[in-house]
Amino acid sequence: MTVQHKMIEARPAPGNTVGPIAWLRINLFSGPVNTVFTLLGLYLLYVLLTPTIQWAFINADWVGTSRDDCSREGACWVFVNARLTQFIYGLYPRTELWRVNIVFATFAVLIAWLAIPRLPLKRWVALATLVAFPVFAFFLLYGGYFGLRVVETHRWGGLMLTLILAVVGMVAALPIGILLALGRRSQMPIVKSFCVVFIEFWRGVPLITILFMASVMLPLFLPTGVSVDRLVRALIGITLFQSAYMAEVIRGGLQAIPRGQEEAAAALGMGYWMRMGLIVLPQALKMMIPGIVNTFISLFKDTTLVMIIGLFDLLGIVQAALSDSRWLGFALEGYVFAAFMFWIFCFSMSRYSQYLERKLHTGHKR
Amino acid sequence: MRDNKNKWLLVTSAAVLALGTASLASANTLQNTIQRGAVQCGVSDGLPGFSAPDDQGEWQGLDVDVCRAVAAAVFGDADAVRYISLNAVERFTALQSGEVDVLSRNTTWTTTRDTTLGLNFTGVTFYDGIGFMINRDLGVSSALDLDGAAICVQSGTTTELNVADYFRANGMEFDPIVFDTSEQTVGGYEAGRCDVLTSDTSQLAALRIQLSDPDQSVILPEIISKEPLGPVVRQGDDQWFNIVKWSLFAMLNAEEMGITQENVDEMRNSDDPDIARLLGQDGNYGEGMGLDANWAYNIISQVGNYGESFERNVGMGSPLQIERGINALWTNGGIQYAPPIR
Repeated sequence: MTVQHKMIEARPAPGNTVGPIAWLRINLFSGPVNTVFTLLGLYLLYVLLTPTIQWAFINADWVGTSRDDCSREGACWVFVNARLTQFIYGLYPRTELWRVNIVFATFAVLIAWLAIPRLPLKRWVALATLVAFPVFAFFLLYGGYFGLRVVETHRWGGLMLTLILAVVGMVAALPIGILLALGRRSQMPIVKSFCVVFIEFWRGVPLITILFMASVMLPLFLPTGVSVDRLVRALIGITLFQSAYMAEVIRGGLQAIPRGQEEAAAALGMGYWMRMGLIVLPQALKMMIPGIVNTFISLFKDTTLVMIIGLFDLLGIVQAALSDSRWLGFALEGYVFAAFMFWIFCFSMSRYSQYLERKLHTGHKR
Repeated sequence: MRDNKNKWLLVTSAAVLALGTASLASANTLQNTIQRGAVQCGVSDGLPGFSAPDDQGEWQGLDVDVCRAVAAAVFGDADAVRYISLNAVERFTALQSGEVDVLSRNTTWTTTRDTTLGLNFTGVTFYDGIGFMINRDLGVSSALDLDGAAICVQSGTTTELNVADYFRANGMEFDPIVFDTSEQTVGGYEAGRCDVLTSDTSQLAALRIQLSDPDQSVILPEIISKEPLGPVVRQGDDQWFNIVKWSLFAMLNAEEMGITQENVDEMRNSDDPDIARLLGQDGNYGEGMGLDANWAYNIISQVGNYGESFERNVGMGSPLQIERGINALWTNGGIQYAPPIR
């Protein structure tokens, strides 16, 4: 009889259950059916990816200044390269681009500050982002003060315009949406019916119709000489539309909070705004993150609709560039670029929302 | 109470009436433009050779040059233009509502548009119409040689009907190959499904560049339908109407007299009375429009004459390579003709 005085060393797992080969066997080749599907999938990937990579990278032209530098065998990224400034800044005067850059940089810093958990003074930075930054951004972009040249909004465009439309839409729609959602649940008949009518009206009309009304019909109703800037019209249209959607997302979240929460808060002697602001909304908003981000992402993509009212957002400026007679016939490259830019932004929003969900996860989810 | 109600009714209906007529009775466009410091010009949201932003973000094109000419005439500065890109649906509303002062957006001059929309067409910048593109190797030089040809055409357009009319009128036969979109039409032509591709000439030129070998195809000189494109202004402001009309005429007259962007300064000393009148050296012909005597000089020195603008934007100096054809001056066999300045 042997007596072991030490614990037996843990032996490595059998070779056929760990490592990449085992992973392949378990996940991809676990049976004849799966093996067939795996091979089929690989073949499809090969068939689809080879020409794509050939077109986009191997046969592509990267350097040059005009269409003559394109061999036409693959993608001609020269076009995107030559137009990159325009795709990002629209028709903003070349000498004034630093103003846009400052606004971009400030915005990035503020967002990063809010997104990185360790940094202090969150509340003040948030306030600055929501209140001071838009004012600062407007004066810097539009100019007319402090010796800055006025750059009218019809010269704004590209990614810059897409971001302006999306950010203003998001920032303005969220508070309006919260108020509308609270109003719709209110006991007060006038407030309630106003909110219901507002939400149902704006939600019942396609965004494209709203933009069209704002751009085509509105000027006819205004007295001659009075004209509201097109961008402002589009912004108001988008905000109203988006806040109606937001209101319904938020109302959904509010309904998920048990009644007891509000009653308990009332029992502690809290007034309406305290009950909502301290008890109900913090719990509800947290649960609504996927819904809210969903709405934001769809808004970000909806901004392309402003193209039909003659504003050059990212997609619009790409299309305008496609009709330059010096660059005819590079539609595919232009659209791929636009799609890629949109994907970057939407994907980042989606990742950030997942991060937020994890961070705010306090045991609601099961 | 009742009186009050009636009063409101009156005010409202007056307001509605005022709105209805606002577009007709719109105030002095020239004054508004000068106050604003820029001509608001409605252009297309991108049409090759007519209006599109270039690599530098500056608008270029034949339609754009009209805007620049008007700005040069009014301000002496061709860059004093605010471009507003409009799509086909909103272009007339934008003009009626005063959002733009001039609409220069490849708009075809037709009776309905001229007479029922409260608008005035000021002239023709480009005589467009249906043309034919054909493989150079076929050696065809006139549309009348196309008897029996297979023709690629986009379905559902007036092009199809006009081509049929033209062939019937000339006692010829053709074999239509119909496609749904313009890309497919080009694809069909490139694949050799047809000998001829037909569309509006301005469109043909843009399609031609997208072929794998553009030089292999030529556009025949014949244009078989009438699509006169020109700038449009609101009705009811004759002064502004005159300014836009004569800005274009000045460019045409300049070409006829051989005045170009380069030689305009020398030409100012010319003894030719026609040239002296145009360039403001003999009398002030801008006065009647509320402009100064240099109005035409400013247009020519900053924008160029009509021929220069044509060549630069859609003609041989551009990738589109559209022949002057009927857009040549009347002295060169075309139909571009401007009344004299005197």
